[in-house]
Order: sequence, then C-alpha cells, then structure tokens
Amino acid sequence: MLLKRLSEAFGPSGSEGEVRDILVKELANVVPSWQRDALGNLIALKPGARGPKVMLAAHMDECGLMISSIDKSGLLRFRKVGGLDDRVLVSKHVVVGSKRVAGVIGAKAIHLQKPEERNQVIPLSGLYIDIGAKSKEEAEKLVKLGDYAVFATEFGHLSDTVVKGKSFDDRAGCAVLAEVLSEDYAFTLYGAFTVQEEIGLRGAGVAAYALEPDMAIVLEGTTCNDLPGSEEHGYCTSLGGGPAITVMDASVVCDRRMIAELERLARENDIPVQFKRSITGGSDAGRINQTKAGIPVVVVSVPCRYIHSPVSMLSLKDFEATIKLVKLFLRSIEGGFLL
Amino acid sequence: MKDLIKQVVECYGPAGNEKAIRELITGIVAPYVDEIRVDNLGNLIALKKGGEKKLMFAAHMDEIGVMVTHVDKHGFLRFYPVGGVSPLTMLGNRIVFENGTIGVIGCEKLEAQKDLTLNKMFVDIGASTKEEAEAKVRIGDLGAVSREFVDLGPRLVSKAMDARIACAILIEALRTVANPAHDIYAVFTTQEELGLRGARVAAYSIAPDVGIALDVTRTGDTPTSITMDVSLGKGPAVKIRDSSVLCTPAVRRYMEQVAKDNDIPFQLEVLEAGGTDAGAIQLTQGGIPAGVMSIPCRYVHTASEMVDYRDVENGVRLVKALMETKYTG
Amino acid sequence: MSNRDGGRSDAQEGGGILDTKEFLKRMVEATGVSGYEDSVGNIIREVLGTAADEVTGDTLGNVIALKRGEGENRPKVMLASHMDEIGLMVTKIEEKGFLRFTSIGGVDQRTLVAQEVRVHGRRDLIGIIGMKPPHLLTPEEGNAAIKMQDMVIDLGLTEPEVKEAIAVGDLVTINRNFISLSGDFAAAKAMDDRAAVAAMHYCLLELKRMRHTADVYAVATVQEEVGARGALVSSYHIMPDIGIAIDVCHGEMPGVPEQDTAPLGKGPNLALGANIHPKLFERLSELAREHNIPFTLDPVPGPTGTDAWVMQVTRSGIPTALVSLPLRYMHTSVETLSIGDIKLVGRLLALFVASVDREFVEGLLCY
Repeated sequence: MLLKRLSEAFGPSGSEGEVRDILVKELANVVPSWQRDALGNLIALKPGARGPKVMLAAHMDECGLMISSIDKSGLLRFRKVGGLDDRVLVSKHVVVGSKRVAGVIGAKAIHLQKPEERNQVIPLSGLYIDIGAKSKEEAEKLVKLGDYAVFATEFGHLSDTVVKGKSFDDRAGCAVLAEVLSEDYAFTLYGAFTVQEEIGLRGAGVAAYALEPDMAIVLEGTTCNDLPGSEEHGYCTSLGGGPAITVMDASVVCDRRMIAELERLARENDIPVQFKRSITGGSDAGRINQTKAGIPVVVVSVPCRYIHSPVSMLSLKDFEATIKLVKLFLRSIEGGFLL
Repeated sequence: MKDLIKQVVECYGPAGNEKAIRELITGIVAPYVDEIRVDNLGNLIALKKGGEKKLMFAAHMDEIGVMVTHVDKHGFLRFYPVGGVSPLTMLGNRIVFENGTIGVIGCEKLEAQKDLTLNKMFVDIGASTKEEAEAKVRIGDLGAVSREFVDLGPRLVSKAMDARIACAILIEALRTVANPAHDIYAVFTTQEELGLRGARVAAYSIAPDVGIALDVTRTGDTPTSITMDVSLGKGPAVKIRDSSVLCTPAVRRYMEQVAKDNDIPFQLEVLEAGGTDAGAIQLTQGGIPAGVMSIPCRYVHTASEMVDYRDVENGVRLVKALMETKYTG
Repeated sequence: MSNRDGGRSDAQEGGGILDTKEFLKRMVEATGVSGYEDSVGNIIREVLGTAADEVTGDTLGNVIALKRGEGENRPKVMLASHMDEIGLMVTKIEEKGFLRFTSIGGVDQRTLVAQEVRVHGRRDLIGIIGMKPPHLLTPEEGNAAIKMQDMVIDLGLTEPEVKEAIAVGDLVTINRNFISLSGDFAAAKAMDDRAAVAAMHYCLLELKRMRHTADVYAVATVQEEVGARGALVSSYHIMPDIGIAIDVCHGEMPGVPEQDTAPLGKGPNLALGANIHPKLFERLSELAREHNIPFTLDPVPGPTGTDAWVMQVTRSGIPTALVSLPLRYMHTSVETLSIGDIKLVGRLLALFVASVDREFVEGLLCY
C-alpha cells in the first residue's frame, strides 16, 4: 500500500531522497516527465492540450532529528528537525542515517529519580540517542555528524478504517497526490512533491516560481485534536469528518471561489467535508499564494491525530474522500470551472 | 474631506475579505484615473499616467478582525484573530459580519484579569441555538469591529483609521493632483495586517521605480506613553524605520525636500515595533527604493483610533506634491 | 592539523594591495549600521575594486565586485558576506539633552552598559551610556539587567547644543578601535561580518593566481542583521548558479556546550543540513582535505540565520553553502577571532571557485 510505504520512508527535511525514489518508481507509468530543482523538489509534469495550469503540492519531508555530536562514551547528541515537542522524544526507538542504524532515546529509570523530577520536562540537553556503541570511535564506524534520524514507527491498521503510522503529515498528502496523478486530464497538471516544509515552508515557493500555475491546491495532513480534555472549539478538525478545507491559516487566505466549488462538489456527491477550525500554523499555500504576481490557492487536508509525534492516526474514509474530492475538483476544471 | 473619510473608515473590510471596501473605493476613484484592475490577491491597482518613472503608492484597505471557527450548541461563536487583535481592547466590542449581523464579544469567567486571552472569548449574536446562529453566520466568516466615525473638530475618531485614513488621503490626492510627474500607481492593498501580503505581489507585477507606503503610526504624546517623538498635530510623519523596513535614505530625503519646498509641516518617525507595506515593496525583485508617509494615530488597533485632521490635510498636500515632483534619487 | 596554507606573501603581491589585517581594521573602525552602510561600503568598493574587474551597486546599497572567468557560457558563483553591523538609533532627545534610543539588529542590552558610544549626527559626537554607581544602588537593582528603554546616552552637552548636531533617526555605534591580541587574534566591533568581507577579498586575490571558468560575484551585502535583506535582492538580480554565504559562527568559550561552538585558529567551519546543497558541502570538504586546510563541521537542521537562508529560495531556487569564521563574543563590541582563519576561508573559497565548471553546476539540479 503506497500510504504504508510512504509513511515508513526515511525523509526528514533536507534529506527527502528515499521518498523521491518511491514516488518516481510508483508513478513511472503515469507521469511522462519530472522536473527537479536545486532544493530537491520533485515535480510531475503532465502537460495538457490546453489551460489552465494547475499545481498540486504535497510535502515529502517529515520532522526528525539530526546528529550534532558524538560523545566519547559513544552516545549521540542531536538537534531537532522541524517542530517537535521535546516531550514526545523520550523513551522512543529511532533509526539513524541511510543505513538505518537502530537507536533508542532513553530516560533515567524511575527508580533513580526524585519525585519532583517526574513533573519536569527533560530538556533536550538531557537526551541522547544510544546506538549501543561503547566509544566515540565505535560510534563513528556506524554514524557521522549531520546524519539524520527518524522514529522507527511501523504502519499498521487499528481497524478496517483507521490506520497508524509516522508522518501522515504530509505523507498522506503525498499519497493523495500520487493517486490523483494516476489519471489524465485535458489541462496542464503539475504535481509538486515539495521539500523542507517543516523547517520553514521552503520548497513550495521556488516550485511555484518556476511553474507559474494559474491556481494551486495544497494537500496536507493536518491537526486533528478531537480528544477528551479538548473543547469542541479547540478540535481544529475531527477524525471521520471528511477532508478539511482551510479558509485561512497563519500563512494564507484561501480563495473563496475555490472553496465554494469544493463545497458544491462535496454536497452534490455526498462527501462529508469540514472546515479547519483554527488559524494557527502556516502551510506551503502561503508561499505559493505570494509568488510573483499572486496565485489563488486552497488547502485540502486529511485530518490526522498526533501530528509531529512518533505515531499519528488517520481514517482511511477521510483519506479516500479527500482523493475523491480533489479528483472531482480537477474534473470540474476540465469541464470549464475557471476563476 | 470628512465625508469621504467617514465613508471609507466605516466600510466593512477585514483582512481576507476586502470586497466591500474595494468596491467602494473603485466607485470613488474610477473617474480620476486612466486604468483600474484587481489582481489575484484582491489588490485594487489604479494607474494615473503622467511621466516616465513609475511611482507606486500603497495604502492598505484591510482592517483587523476575527474569523468564526466554531458555532456552539447555544449559538455562541468562537473565533480566531485576524491581524493584531488584543483581547483587552476587544472585550465588550461589537463585531459586524459581511451580511450586517452584529455580535458582542464576551468572555468566560476568569480567576484574574490577566488571564484574559482570545481563546476564552466568544461572539454573541443574540441567537439561542446553533441553528438560529447558523442561519446568519457560519465557520469561516469574518467579522470586523463595528463602531461609527466621530468628528471631534480638530481630531477624528473611528475604527480602522489604520489604514483607511491613508486610503482616504490617497483618494483625495488622486482627485486633486494636477500634473503628475510620474506614472502614478495608486494601490489599495489587501492583507497588510496579515503580513504585507497584498503589497508584495502588487509591487512584483508593477515593478515601480520607487514605492511609498501610506499608513498610520503611533505617537508618544499620551500620558506615560512609549518613547516616541511623534505627536498629533505636528504634521504627517516621514518614516525612518520600523521593524519591517529601513526606509531608503534617498526616498526619505526626497520626501523631506518636497515637504520643505511646499511648506508642509512634517515630523520624523522611528517606530520600534510595527511594519508597513514598504517592507514588502523594498524587497521586491532586485530591490525597490521605498519610503513611508505615516499619519500619527493614537490608540492604534482599538475601536477608537484618533488622528488629527490637520495632519490628514497636510498628508494630502504632501502626497499630491510627491506625485507632482519628479523623483531623481 | 594545524598546517596553515597561505601566508602573508599572497596578500602583498602587486603594488597597493591591502593586507588582510589592515583592510579588516579599516572596515571595522568605519560605520555601517544596517540600512546605512555607505561609509563602510565606500571603503569596500575601493578595496575590492583593486581585486576585481568591476564594482557596481544596487538600489539597496549592496557592493558587487565581479571577477570574470574564462571561456564561454560561464557559470556564476555568488559569494555573500554582510557589511552591516548592529547598532542603535536615536528615538528622542529628552529635556537636558539626553538621548533615548532603540536597537537596529540583535543588540544585547547588557553589552551597552558603561560604554562609550559615537552618535553620528551632523558631526560625530562621543557619548556615554552610563549607569548608577554602586554606592547608590539597592541590592535588587544591583542584580537585574538594565532595560534598553531605561537607558540614555549622555553627551555632556546642553539641549540646544545637542539639537544643533543630532536629530531623531541618527545612528549610534560603540566607540571601539581594532585591538590586536596575542598571536594572530584580534578583537573589534563588527567582525561579524566584515571579517568575512576580508575573506572574500583574500579569495579574489588568490584567484588572480589561478585559472577559473566561473564568474565570481563577491557581494558585500547590506541589512543582513535585520533579515538578510541585501542578499535577497542581490541574489535576485545576479541570478547565480551557486550562492555561498560567508558568515561567523560561535567560537569556543567557557559556559557554552562544545557542540555549539567551533575552535578559533583551526580553520573554517562548514555547515551541513537542509540549507546546504549536499554536493557543495562535499566539494568544499574534499578541497579542504586535499589542500590541508583544517576545518570543523556544524550540522544545522533548520535555518542557518545567514544570507544563505534567503539565497536558497530566491526565484526558482539556488544551490547554497555556508562557510563560517569562528568568532567569540558575537554581537558585543569585542568580537574576537584569528586572522589566520580569515585567510584559510579565503583560500578555500578560491579553490572552490576554481573547481566550478558548467558540468558541476548542472549536476546540482539532479537531485
């Protein structure tokens, strides 16, 4: 299953190679050519007989860790890649570098802690990755400075419709995009698998600059906080509520015409949709929107619980509904929908 | 000019939905310009031809506001801020939505006043159930502050003086300018309050030779205020810097010279925190010389922003003179 | 490895070529707060002019020295080091002539106390940011850092005398001369990042003795300290195939974890991570090893906080790298470094430029 392979792929911001390779292989038969650039963006080019030029974007990178030094004891110090809460790091299994060397982020045993300590967050400076090396020299045979690490989370089904895995933000978006690209359209379609979103929305803007699309849709895996302890107005999105449409986020005001068309298509095709209920958090849409003389955009997301942590969760119903909705939107463009 | 100001400041136009204010301004400005267009971010770009170089003025049409994120079962609305909205100045305010629905901002019970944050606040539009509320307002709708304009004589008070007063000045300058020495691009920008977004794309497509933003700035003339050498009534301010821009010295000199040559009083402004469209214009493409003329304004980002009418009139005179004096910097 | 490659003789070739240390001294003793770099810009323009084929400027004040390569279809390499320094700006002239001020760039307010400053008005005037003597302080007052908003600059003049020479908006810098320390260490204000401009100059001089295909745009950028603004617009209009930022990084010192610093006198520091194109990093490290230039590494997972960060996403993207000079006490008026490191950076950059050809540049887009 592509979503599984993408979720398990190694691709923190700045090192998205494995994800690129999976996508190129997967889409070999349906994408005639690819465009790459100086940052590592991977853009599927599906030229059409006519306009408009539509760009879809999903980011390949995930949050992770980067080895910043190796202690003489053989333990590895690290820095965070992207917005990870320090508290999700302790007591986890990670893999380091392209050889996927196994490591653990341990913690002092509870027996050795004073009661007050248990209420305090362990600072980043107190965390190490242990790969089992007994010295710096031994560690240096397996890993080096600058190597990246990701959580070693396996993808799995919790039920027929709910799955868990790492980095659904935004491998879910990538999987949606890959599925959409497997069909052909009469207009020109660009499928941009972008890089470095998690460290500052970096790849999408340069891709949009080169492509100059007439409009864009950003596909994300977004915050879903429908949990006990949260009030309904703090959910952002709900699992099972269908694809989430963004009206506004911290980086962009989405195009009202595109939103109205998505709503119409959802209504007419019995696809449940929801609006994202927060404005915090930016997305690639902002960069695209402000490229050159401005590009109308909308963001459509698969709701995912626990993003930016080692294991997240989504509903395959939401995932498939997102694919369906995006395809309907593109067919509507084919049928004459213009801005 | 007070009637124009009243019309412009009272109009609905929160960042992200500037349609109403854009239509209002289009109607007023169309007879005075040669071309008008609207771009992909909703900027209103009016061109008045007159010379070789392109001089772009940018005055933002958007105002701060709120976005509805939730309608609860009793008809109360939860919201997120759009632009720099402070919980203190919002409490008790009235909000108006695009369709005219009015609501009041209330808050949850607090242990202490300092615990007041936007996520403990809500809008009450007088509905008792979710259905009743959703008949009028829904998630994604934008609300702006609802408050009427008041003329205190030498001083004027309204919501959205930031930056509708600048829009009014630009409109009036377009109406009265006699012999423009440049091709004047008068841009009424969008989404300034969200990060100078409209100006960024407008400057890209116009690629002017020089850009001047028109906005408001704070003052240092109220009791125990921030340290700032700008006061109401001492004239429009020529900005030296704020957190988004170090104004191009050549543009600043041009503005000062034109003011002096035309006997227009002005002040120099250093703003520690706050940005303007000039920050986006200056960094467009290969770089554009940029400056700012600011109208001193008390109580910025509240429902009752106050400016001095003489500063506004002098602001019109200065903008007009800039339009008519060749930029050689 | 402490084998220093590149000695004094390289910088003294030809008449009138300025010695690295002398050039650095002239630059750091000049004024050039972000947004107002003309004074130091003119010095740099003059000196880089003797090492390049032509020197131009742009609307923001960037100084661009172009040294052309040989052959057709030459690739463009842009070097960026910033000439602006952090500083202060007068916001108000109070009663009795005291000046209130704000900062331009990241100024640590603790470094301002008890300093002599230069206020650059119609004339340069010396002032003091003073502080209450210990005799008059309460115990609590003695333990708290003084906030910038509570400080004033005392020029020792009357209000009318001050107003005759100084206006709101005038710039203020710390009054500090270049200090030679033991060995080849030196301290001054604005070593961040004028030491890198000196490295760029050294690179151009080295290139005079080498053959290279690439056109080199050595840019002394403006307004880096307020958001890398100069690099943004200059990389836009130059459109280089490769962009290398030269900046400073934290030098080893007590109280700071070793992994966050680089030792002084042990050569350049090379960054790796998302902001750095892997092939550029590879090429730089290979060349350093081949030519016995010692270097250290800095893994940076996110923003590097330098001109490299904005260059990388200009237009449709530029492959970027970052080479840094280890520097102690950054953003104080006594920033300290090793002059030898400047020359090593310059030499490494020259070797890099000489190794760039069209094929290498094309390979950078094949990710």
